[in-house]
Amino acid sequence: MLFTSYGFLGFLLLLIPLYYLIPKRGQWILLLGGSYLFYFLAGPDYLLYILTTTVTTWYAAGRIEDNARAASACLKEHKEDWDKEERKAYKEGQKARRLQWFLGCLLLNLGILAVVKYTNFAIANVNGILSLLGQTRRLPFLSLALPMGISFYTFQAMGYLIDVYRGTAPAQRSLGRFALFVSFFPQLIQGPISRFGDLSQTLYGPHPFERKTVAFGLQRMLWGYFKKLVIADRALVAVKTLMADPGSYQGAYVLAIIIIYSLELYADFTGGIDITIGVAQTLGIRLEENFIRPYFSKSLKEYWRRWHISMGTWFRDYIFYPASIAKPMQRLTRWTKAHWGAWAGRRLPVYLASFLTWFATGIWHGASWNFIVWALLNYVILMVSEELEPLYARFYQRFPQVEGKWLWRLFQVGRTAMLVSCLKVFDCYPDVSVTFRMFASLLTARNWSVLWDGSLLALGLTGLDYAILALGIVLLSAVSLVQRTGSVREKLTQKPYWLKFLLWYGLFLLVLLLGAYGVGYDASQFIYNQF
Amino acid sequence: MKKNRTALRACASALIIALSLLLLQRLLTPKYVDDVVEGAFIAEFYEEEMSHDLLFIGDCEVYENFSPPELWREYGINSYIRGSAQQYIWQSYYLLEDALRYETPSVVVFNVLSLQYNQSQREAYNRMSIEGMRWSPSKVGSILASMGPEESFLDYVFPLLRYHSRWSQLTGADVEYLFDSKKVSHNGYYMRVDARPAGEVPTGKPLADYSFGDKAWEYMDKMVELCEREGVRLVLIKAPSLYPYWYPQWEEQVEAYAAEKGLSYVNFLEIQEETGIDYATDTYDGGLHMNLSGAEKLSHWLGAWLTQEVGLPDRRVEPKLSAAWEEKLAFYEAEKLAQYEKYGLTPEK
Repeated sequence: MLFTSYGFLGFLLLLIPLYYLIPKRGQWILLLGGSYLFYFLAGPDYLLYILTTTVTTWYAAGRIEDNARAASACLKEHKEDWDKEERKAYKEGQKARRLQWFLGCLLLNLGILAVVKYTNFAIANVNGILSLLGQTRRLPFLSLALPMGISFYTFQAMGYLIDVYRGTAPAQRSLGRFALFVSFFPQLIQGPISRFGDLSQTLYGPHPFERKTVAFGLQRMLWGYFKKLVIADRALVAVKTLMADPGSYQGAYVLAIIIIYSLELYADFTGGIDITIGVAQTLGIRLEENFIRPYFSKSLKEYWRRWHISMGTWFRDYIFYPASIAKPMQRLTRWTKAHWGAWAGRRLPVYLASFLTWFATGIWHGASWNFIVWALLNYVILMVSEELEPLYARFYQRFPQVEGKWLWRLFQVGRTAMLVSCLKVFDCYPDVSVTFRMFASLLTARNWSVLWDGSLLALGLTGLDYAILALGIVLLSAVSLVQRTGSVREKLTQKPYWLKFLLWYGLFLLVLLLGAYGVGYDASQFIYNQF
Repeated sequence: MKKNRTALRACASALIIALSLLLLQRLLTPKYVDDVVEGAFIAEFYEEEMSHDLLFIGDCEVYENFSPPELWREYGINSYIRGSAQQYIWQSYYLLEDALRYETPSVVVFNVLSLQYNQSQREAYNRMSIEGMRWSPSKVGSILASMGPEESFLDYVFPLLRYHSRWSQLTGADVEYLFDSKKVSHNGYYMRVDARPAGEVPTGKPLADYSFGDKAWEYMDKMVELCEREGVRLVLIKAPSLYPYWYPQWEEQVEAYAAEKGLSYVNFLEIQEETGIDYATDTYDGGLHMNLSGAEKLSHWLGAWLTQEVGLPDRRVEPKLSAAWEEKLAFYEAEKLAQYEKYGLTPEK
């Protein structure tokens, strides 16, 4: 059930009133039922996957916590009669048991994700190696269904497992409540990847009906639909044309796809998250923000703090930090420090942990070298930027009047936006070599006139469509600018009724009339559904 | 006081929303008064005095090939055509069911060409057949039987959802006919006076399977049952259009079915001499559809046949009906003249 389908709106139309009509203690049970119905409608077979992840993670987390509690009680009980060595041995033994449950569950669930998502990628690579070795034998590809949102719910569940294992979150003893945490339908499709500690505070209620909260939720959804249907799905038409025939669309067309795809991806993903957060809000549930005006970032580092925040922090907390302080890393750091000096010893763990994090980020995005190369390019740029920090500092020392000036900030924002837009193009082309060839064509094709001679009107979009996209950009930018000083919806509550009515109903009409939906339009999934 | 104000504002807002959406829907829904007038035929039926003796049901092979004004003028047969472009048999069934809610004609003539389709081919044709229907279980049935995978029932309930992007194609006619429509058919007949002779007719491409599909037969059976139940005589015809090719294997199936059910079946392709159809002068598109001359010839033959075979009465003696037909005939003649002028032709005497 796509967020943009009538079925989804009908589903909400039934669920939301029912949610507020039933006794408050039953609200989370209704949400669980609704979430499983939502998932069932996406594909009954997928239920097995999400159920496996839910049950195994819930059970393992329970056992880990039980063990930790029992161990703690036992240590207390034997405080007097066990010596230090006995206590240590007991602690180690219990820790090993917890580790077994933890690793068993982690490997099982990441294994499921790896098998359904990466088997064919691995087969393609093995076939590539066989080909390089002159072998004619090829491994056949497998027909594996990719369950909806498997990357999101697996990471969410594994985050919970790690937190319980670390003792930073309590285990959820109710299987039903835990099942709702894993399957909560608005975020099942494209995140955000919520932490148990955050979401559990708000997920289970009770949630009395509050007009303002529900209205804010609906307004957020409407804004999301505007981004998705009016901007993203309209831009998609040109992107599809440009992607379908890289041989014909080179040079200036690559610049076109850099800009249009970047707009499409932003509107698609942030629109989807707006709908997600809006739906949750209509149910009285607060989800963490996943974007904070990423295209206003002045550097790539800042951009990654503002874009897909829940994914970034997940990788930071569960891969980067643990990798940075892991014992082998500490040993390597000491060795590097001793042999290559303090600077190298300080940088090595950062480089290695960052590499690991970015590699994981790439592979998480998709089973393709495009994503891996995209992620590693981000890594390289970030590392180089970090090494150039002293240079920037000297620059600002030399030209102190530049820093803080709006024109300089505009330059930084524009440069960063262009940089991330260029990197995103790795999503578009069939493989890495084609992508690099397309970048090279920017310098060699010399067809810049296509940008103004009407050629862009042959990409499936009319002049009116481009005007609508431009209007969309203006609106997105205006809202982002206003958002810098607080919630737009909150600000609007202070305005006269008829102005609010005009604005929200006007936005509704824009979605209704300019939205790319229904017969004649290729109903597209949200891009991040596929992850 | 504050509560009253809030309630008033809510009511005013709801009213503004409802009215503006209604207006937008009216504006954006195609009016079918200019180029593709076929889309307006189905709705025009409801403006009729419901006392037809003969109903034609089918696709373009009825609404372009038979002339109700001619049937009236020559035989006093009060007839109407419920047909639309590429009207599928399930749509014909539901249109008949819908018509029978208003009247019970003596005879229903159904053109069998649509038996070749077992599922809808184009959403645009579904729209033209269904949109003009008044809401009833028949319309719901027609929508459900016709919808393709890309279509949604809700789009039929709220056409604004379907036509939301038509704002860029609006013409003066969309404003002119915002609240009212103009008559474009002659009791469901689509007139063309120009002529384009049929050239050499190629035989049809061989098919893997000549059998009509299950769904087509299901609705054929339902139509027969409906007519039996309502005491209406069902006559099957195959209009004399040369395209799409009518395969002998199809003919055999229809003949066998008509014989089994005891239905009359007239294949106009086989009685060219009797009808006097001349494919050099009686078709406006090389043999696909009859022009006015062809349609009047076919109506002449069919009127005589129905009078003799079924005993349809001559109702020209009824003053009220005659007066209504006077107006229709005047409209018919006026359009004839207008079309002769448009195509630079000399009116027939």
